[in-house]
Amino acid sequence: MRVLMYGWEFPPKNKGGLGVACHGIVEGLRGHNVRVNLVLPYHETEQHAEDFHVHQGLKEQKNYSKDIHGVPSLLHAYQTEETYENVFKQNEQKNNSNKKEKKLYGKTLLAEVDRYGKEAGKMADKIDHDVIHAHDWMTYPAAIEAKKCSNKPLVLHIHATEMDRTGDSPNPHVFEMERIGFETADKIIAVSYLTKNKLVEHYGIDAGKIEVIHNATVKKISEASTRILNQDRQTVLFLGRMTMQKGPDYFLKAAKKVLQVNPNVNFLMVGDGDMMAHIVQESMKLGLAGNIIFTGFLKGLDVDRAFKTADLFVMPSVSEPFGLVALEAIHHGTPVLMSKQSGASEVVPNALKVDFWDIDSMANHMVVALRESAMCEHLIDQSKKDLDRLSWHGQAKKMKKLYHSIA
Amino acid sequence: MKKLCFYFQVHQPYRLAPYSVFDIGSGKHYFSDEHHAQNKAIFEKVARKCYLPANKLFLKLLKKNPEMRISFSLSGVFLEQCEEFGSVGAKVLKSFQDLAKTGQVEILAETYYHSLAALYSEEEFIDQVERHSNLVKALFGVEPKVFRNTELIFSNHIAQIVHRMGYRGMLLEGWDPYIEGRSPNLVYKLPNHVISDQEDFSLLLKNYKLSDDIAFRFSDHNWSEHPLSTNKFLDWTEANYGDTINLFMDYETFGEHQWAESGIFDFLEALPAACKRRGFGFQTPSQAMVQSSHREEIDVHSPVSWADSERDLSAWLGNPMQDAMMQSIFDLRDKVLATDDAALIHTWRKLQTSDHFYYMCTKYWSDGDVHKYFSPYESPYEAFMYYSNVLHDFKEVLSRFKAE
Repeated sequence: MRVLMYGWEFPPKNKGGLGVACHGIVEGLRGHNVRVNLVLPYHETEQHAEDFHVHQGLKEQKNYSKDIHGVPSLLHAYQTEETYENVFKQNEQKNNSNKKEKKLYGKTLLAEVDRYGKEAGKMADKIDHDVIHAHDWMTYPAAIEAKKCSNKPLVLHIHATEMDRTGDSPNPHVFEMERIGFETADKIIAVSYLTKNKLVEHYGIDAGKIEVIHNATVKKISEASTRILNQDRQTVLFLGRMTMQKGPDYFLKAAKKVLQVNPNVNFLMVGDGDMMAHIVQESMKLGLAGNIIFTGFLKGLDVDRAFKTADLFVMPSVSEPFGLVALEAIHHGTPVLMSKQSGASEVVPNALKVDFWDIDSMANHMVVALRESAMCEHLIDQSKKDLDRLSWHGQAKKMKKLYHSIA
Repeated sequence: MKKLCFYFQVHQPYRLAPYSVFDIGSGKHYFSDEHHAQNKAIFEKVARKCYLPANKLFLKLLKKNPEMRISFSLSGVFLEQCEEFGSVGAKVLKSFQDLAKTGQVEILAETYYHSLAALYSEEEFIDQVERHSNLVKALFGVEPKVFRNTELIFSNHIAQIVHRMGYRGMLLEGWDPYIEGRSPNLVYKLPNHVISDQEDFSLLLKNYKLSDDIAFRFSDHNWSEHPLSTNKFLDWTEANYGDTINLFMDYETFGEHQWAESGIFDFLEALPAACKRRGFGFQTPSQAMVQSSHREEIDVHSPVSWADSERDLSAWLGNPMQDAMMQSIFDLRDKVLATDDAALIHTWRKLQTSDHFYYMCTKYWSDGDVHKYFSPYESPYEAFMYYSNVLHDFKEVLSRFKAE
């Protein structure tokens, strides 16, 4: 079985869970003797123009290098219209100044997704494959183009929809691009039942062609030996992009309530995103200055340190198709409070769960978790057992079975 | 002659209302508030589906069949709810009193609060059993003679206490490890080294296979024996060795766990006549204990119960949340009793009801288990959270007492 896969990002150069999931999927499929060729958008820069693999950090992952292919583009994961515009302008300026050969990138995000799609789709002519597998909307035009080229069955993998990203007020063009993708696909993999229901309800997709295959995680032993904060106070952690979908504003409101009954708590907010400035300002307005710490975006060992610092990890997502970070927290031995509006809650029965909008309940959970070590110890124990039931190897087996049902 | 010995457990806990950390110190009620009248709602629902129709049917059957006998254990907190929950409660209580008046019904003893006090404090346990006995005397005019502990929790040690209190016997699970291949349908006793004057203390063992055929499997369409007819059931009974067929189960089996639509009431209704045809009789636990000439011996060192597939205490104890809360509540005993405040002591004891700890059980949480069916909360963690918040408030209230 040979798979032509379209992704957005891949470790170590990943900004979010999509790259982590993609890595797990590729690794899992390889364990079942599935050959995966992965196509990624690749932003040419001066230093790295000549070597895609250096850019991707794949030198450290030699066993992948010949199966990962870069197609030049200004796209990267989690882009919005605005952030794309900035990248586009910067690129224009650079090109004007050094007069290098000019790539004709799309002026807007959507135009670039289309342009990239045409070019990346042509990879289907060069790479032998039995099935096409693509992750999230930016890759759908490429995947559809590839299907036109090779006439092979198409599997779309849904990690998030436009409805999740925008809180149910989608950009109609992106929404339409997704809908066409879902209609064209022969099979769809949803990362949770929550997501499957979204596809059925909002996109009108036939439930029969959607299969739920939850994400897994790779067990990782934390190498962090130091904490981010000293521990004369307990710490509640938010770790994720500061964007509407992830609910950082609900986290702030709950924090304010917690401090009413327990002033001895720090709230550590890790990540950046389009709401960053708003969240910082809002936290000051709420009078949290003495109890809140922003670190910006962290990666690698610093993420481990953040988990190590935390007495409780909170994922207050408004709409979270899965939420791999919650599983990472569990692996780090940090108790988890997640919103009921998250797919991860389907695979972790042993977590604290709350509606993202129920600030009182969220604050109550935080206070009790910080107060009751017996509960937290038990939660960690039990939730680790929940994760033991999940592996990428096992999930990839389901994907392989799905491929065989159509290819 | 084979005799069926029915015992039905009737119990409703005072479930905790959602109690947030922000409610601590607010004076909010623990067990219900204007938004959460769930105890009343559940009581009324079960009354409608089970207590009233089942009592009506049993009254009819007892009158029609003078040889028929049944027994009940009604927890103190259940009887209290009868008195608390208006006309429905009064109706339910009266229907049980009507049954008792037939003289064909035995009422058993238990702890008033359906608690695990037997495991923690002998004095507390005895207090609660006496309180229950007084309530039964007041409401039914009889003094219970046979004891069944919360969830049939039994051990040599508990039996010694119960024997000392003057009861003529106890009920327990007919569990293989101590039956050791013998039949549960015989009357048992404890070894002489546990209780020396054996003559007046007997044990009845639940026939869990036959009991669970009715209580758990009756409406299960995946069960190869479904549907269960009275004749089939009595065929199995006949094939059992021993004459004392102990059918012990939750009363809610009739109409609540097994819905009326499953035919459970029809099954009951057909039973007395079918028994008569085949020469089977009925008896109460007291009758079974008195009438036996030979008694087998069992030895039960560590506590057993009738719950879950383990039949141990792991439904209520064993995870750190359950252990911490159970210990905390019993640790308060001296301080609570020292207040001499009847309402406070009563509240403290209502917090001992075993159900609170059952809801915190995570044993099979990942598999979506039977505990979920019985729990009013979304998860064991939520159950724990409300309980620990309530306990914090209770301790605050208690400390104010001390200050006064």
